[in-house]
Amino acid sequence: MGALVAGFLGALTGLGGGVVIVPLLTVVFHVDIHYAIGAALVSVIATSSGAAAAYVREGYSNVRVGMFLEIATTVGALVGAMLVLHLRVSVISLIFGVVLLYSAYASITEHAHSSADGGPDRIATWLKMDSTYPTENGLESYHVRGVPQGFGLMFVAGVLSGLLGIGSGAVKVLAMDKAMKLPFKVSTTTSNFMIGVTAAAGAGVYLARGYIDPGLAMPVMLGVLAGSLIGARILERAKVKVLRMVFSGVIAVLAVEMIYNAVK
Amino acid sequence: MDKAEQRMDEIMSRLLRTGVILAAVFVFTGGVVYLARHSTPTINYRVFQGEPEELRTVSGIFHEALALRGRGLIQLGLLILIATPIARVAFSVVAFLYQRDWTYVVVTLIVLGLLVYSLLGGRG
Repeated sequence: MGALVAGFLGALTGLGGGVVIVPLLTVVFHVDIHYAIGAALVSVIATSSGAAAAYVREGYSNVRVGMFLEIATTVGALVGAMLVLHLRVSVISLIFGVVLLYSAYASITEHAHSSADGGPDRIATWLKMDSTYPTENGLESYHVRGVPQGFGLMFVAGVLSGLLGIGSGAVKVLAMDKAMKLPFKVSTTTSNFMIGVTAAAGAGVYLARGYIDPGLAMPVMLGVLAGSLIGARILERAKVKVLRMVFSGVIAVLAVEMIYNAVK
Repeated sequence: MDKAEQRMDEIMSRLLRTGVILAAVFVFTGGVVYLARHSTPTINYRVFQGEPEELRTVSGIFHEALALRGRGLIQLGLLILIATPIARVAFSVVAFLYQRDWTYVVVTLIVLGLLVYSLLGGRG
């Protein structure tokens, strides 16, 4: 049941279900955080792939931007997954909480959405990243900017993903929305599209290390999948503002919980 | 977005969906078998122990699944799930090749290489 709610919120906000699942499993069900991260990573792939299947077809996702940035996220995820071995549980929990809190803070403070199109950018043009996306007034074109900053942020997102078993959707959306000036819906859907690949990089390492337990991953994955199928259908009708509210509220509550438990 | 690109998106979408559905079927079937045999799951998840060798490697998982063990089947489903984004990236290489977009052929090949490395255990 918790996994179902997690998947639903994850797909809806471009967050991936991991940020909800890991705290839920560790805080409420007292599962060891390594198992929790393993199960979360798997469910993150399920959410991402399930939702991405719908978005890609509708033309929201920017496949080129996603592909290019995936270099940064996969390298990051491998680094993160290897780091897990060397960190104590309380340290991981603390990082988790801080990351969540930051994501919540960042999305609340940004009142004015930076949708102002900055015009063409040299690197983005060379990488053929500029594209169009469907709006109420038909297809609208946009320019991509800040590729190096976006790339750097994506590496961080990848490390966090591999380390914490989250999709790092918050950081990914931040990188694309703020640094690269992509329209919000393009950011969330492209992020969703990338999350699967990032999580797969981390999950491969976790599987080989024996962190993924079938008995635990099974209910989590199935629940998340059911939730994400419903979530993808709602995004088209949902308003950006509502998305943001859901996004911030959920992560703030979880962040406080995680930090409290780590410090306790 | 031109026609070729749109078709590429559509195939990609179908690929992702198929992978997830296939994975879900295996995980679900495995779950039924697993629960049927262990009506009261007694595994302690509070203490981290790590999975046995046969549930860690690709060949081990196939062996367990073929023996129709619940946990093996679930793990095979999870393996398919992990392989889904990888297949998507592999498909992208072909799609960019078809469009003669060499920059992105290189980009996707790098991503694919990293993913395969990870699935092989990320040793190093």
